[in-house]
Amino acid sequence: MIVESGHFMLVLALLAACYQSVLGLVGPALQRSSWIESVRPAVYAQFVFVSLSLAVLISAFVQNDFSVLYVASNSNSALPLLYRVSAVWGAHEGSLLLWAWILVGWTLAVALLSKGLPAAFLARVLGVLGLISVGFLLFTLATSNPFERLLPAPPDGRDLNPLLQDPALAAHPPMLYAGYVGLAVAFAFACAAMIEGRLDQAWARWTRPWTSIAWAFLTVGIALGSWWAYYELGWGGYWFWDPVENASFMPWLVATALIHSLAVTESRGLFKSWTLLLAILAFSLSLLGTFLVRSGVLVSVHSFAADPARGFFILVFLVLVIGSAFALYAWRAPLLKSNSGFEFTSRESFLLFNNILLVVAAAAVFAGTMAPLISDALGLGTLSVGRQFFDPVFLLPTLPLIALASVGIHSSWRKSRLSERRAAILVTLAVALLIAVILLLAAWEGPKLLTPIGLIVGIWLMLSALVDPIDRWRRGLSLGRATIGMALAHAALGLFVISVTAVESYTRERDLALAVGESGTVGEFEYRLDALKMLEGPNYDALRADVTVFENGRQISLLHPEKRNYWVQRQMMTEAGIDMQWSRDVFAALGEDLGAGRWSVRAQVRPLINYVWLAALLMAIGAVIAATDRRYRRKDSVE
Amino acid sequence: MTPRQRRVVLVVGILCGVSLAGLLALSAFRENVMFFFDPTQVAAGEAPVDKRFRLGGMVRPGTVDREAGSLEMSFVVTDFNRDVKVVYSGIIPDLFRENQGVVAHGRLGADGVFVADEILAKHDENYMPPEVAEAIKKKHGGVMPVNPDPRSAGAGI
Repeated sequence: MIVESGHFMLVLALLAACYQSVLGLVGPALQRSSWIESVRPAVYAQFVFVSLSLAVLISAFVQNDFSVLYVASNSNSALPLLYRVSAVWGAHEGSLLLWAWILVGWTLAVALLSKGLPAAFLARVLGVLGLISVGFLLFTLATSNPFERLLPAPPDGRDLNPLLQDPALAAHPPMLYAGYVGLAVAFAFACAAMIEGRLDQAWARWTRPWTSIAWAFLTVGIALGSWWAYYELGWGGYWFWDPVENASFMPWLVATALIHSLAVTESRGLFKSWTLLLAILAFSLSLLGTFLVRSGVLVSVHSFAADPARGFFILVFLVLVIGSAFALYAWRAPLLKSNSGFEFTSRESFLLFNNILLVVAAAAVFAGTMAPLISDALGLGTLSVGRQFFDPVFLLPTLPLIALASVGIHSSWRKSRLSERRAAILVTLAVALLIAVILLLAAWEGPKLLTPIGLIVGIWLMLSALVDPIDRWRRGLSLGRATIGMALAHAALGLFVISVTAVESYTRERDLALAVGESGTVGEFEYRLDALKMLEGPNYDALRADVTVFENGRQISLLHPEKRNYWVQRQMMTEAGIDMQWSRDVFAALGEDLGAGRWSVRAQVRPLINYVWLAALLMAIGAVIAATDRRYRRKDSVE
Repeated sequence: MTPRQRRVVLVVGILCGVSLAGLLALSAFRENVMFFFDPTQVAAGEAPVDKRFRLGGMVRPGTVDREAGSLEMSFVVTDFNRDVKVVYSGIIPDLFRENQGVVAHGRLGADGVFVADEILAKHDENYMPPEVAEAIKKKHGGVMPVNPDPRSAGAGI
């Protein structure tokens, strides 16, 4: 009965969402203040219903209720409690419910925290969010009901895919969804502004913190997924240009552009229609990502339900959302004229270039991701696009972007005042050059063009980002959260570039064939297989190896890679042994039994790789700090 | 410069930049896209000799061969019509198995042996790469010789 009540709650939530969207959109149009006032309670109701529904599903997992098809397909009584909870979003149906819950969570946050907004405008924002909710709840109820029964109930479940039994992957979908869905808030603000035909600097000030927070979630979500792929898939890299990765990266790039364009709109009242366009694009790409992943049209390391009905539903939803938003845009954007100019090297210009380069980068990723689909659909042959395409095409706009950021960070609004900051620009560049030369002399490995370039632009950006806050601090000026957050995020981007350069340039990797007692060399490192023994885990048994790693004859790491066999799904899993050191990761993964007592061992030493994810985390923290700046926390609204 | 001239310069600059980027992207695309071929196409000489491509099909049972204790291995990829021998040195994925779908990246040698530098097998044991399923389906008049249904066992996203 309880399970059915979860289903019923979902229906009630759908009704509340319908109510919320109709009153929220029609109320302001008819100027019915009683309608407008009833939107917020509808949000509360929707939140309660979706939360209850999710709670029912979680309790079905926790209590091992295998009479629920979804639980039986994705859980098992031997599964540890943490993974029984995270199994809720381990497959399609539950992750949709999670998506719906996060969406209504964001809606609730907007309803509660936007007291300063004009009532009619808030009602419209909530109305648009309600419409999106209606779409997703309908989708869940019509094609992907997680509460479907399986009778008679099987004695035990089919278990969660062992790949997903991992703490980072338990947190990855909620974070990523919080980012995806958070972009719906920016989208709803954009739609509400277009409906009203009015977009002022106050609008940008309301929208900006929401966008920054959504961006922060998206950043953390992508980083967690990347980290997981690194240690769980055992491939040992941080990014594979996998279509599913790209699907989350495209909205990230556009949302990054949106954050910067919002800065211009907030401070100067410029780029209005461009900002709207980016807000629409960012959320459209989130939806497109969902479509690509859920419909199974992409070939990817992630395996997904390929259900044509689902793909079709999302496609229709996508067309409706994007189509109506762009129609609204075409109709209303001409109303939004910006009327002031700016000089060539003013901050506006730099942010314009930032936006162009980010959108070009997103377009390149889009082209590479969609090309296989388009070629296949047109019968031009089945092709695949890999890093040989993505690396150069992505670096082409992003390297200039990072170099421009180091200069543009010193620019001022409206006027070309860069010449006054020439000292700061040149000194940071000189110091970056000096550090890069010293580092390269210490670790010279023959001419690789991108190594010095990456090091220089990375260090330069890091230094440039810190010039302004250090300068203010030394002069005893106040440091606003916006300044600190911005400096942190940009310095973190510099750190990201440096660590990616180090990983790409100085990684040592080799596949070895080792018997117990034998050792093999990987560059200046030596891997020795000391022992192999059997272990038993909660729902798997494992073969565990002891591997000792030496650098120039000195022992640096003891690694314990495992090969696990999960009982229920009879699936072999590689559990890499990783020793995280402050400057590098020493990595070993067991391959397979080669016969003659030998095992294949994937041996890798990657410098600075953890800083790739640390940098992403710092960027997200920077965005959150900036989003909580004093000017966003003021209660009074400026019309 | 007047504001008008400046805007023209800006727009022309942006257009040049974007079209240059587009051209470079297009050429990178030409150079670096890998096409997919099945063993029948390879046998018919449709696959390129000098370029990397993707070879997909099923691992023919009883053909996986490895000299004990060595990383070198070979196996035969089949679409139940023609076979191609594949040699590979390195670690194969956990889900590489006989009678399962596989995709190999690499080049075709002059002797007709495919030298792979990367082997992909999907992480769900019932899952077959869609292009392999498609290629095999065509050979069998729409009937699959083995269970191809990708089961719903997806990651969160």
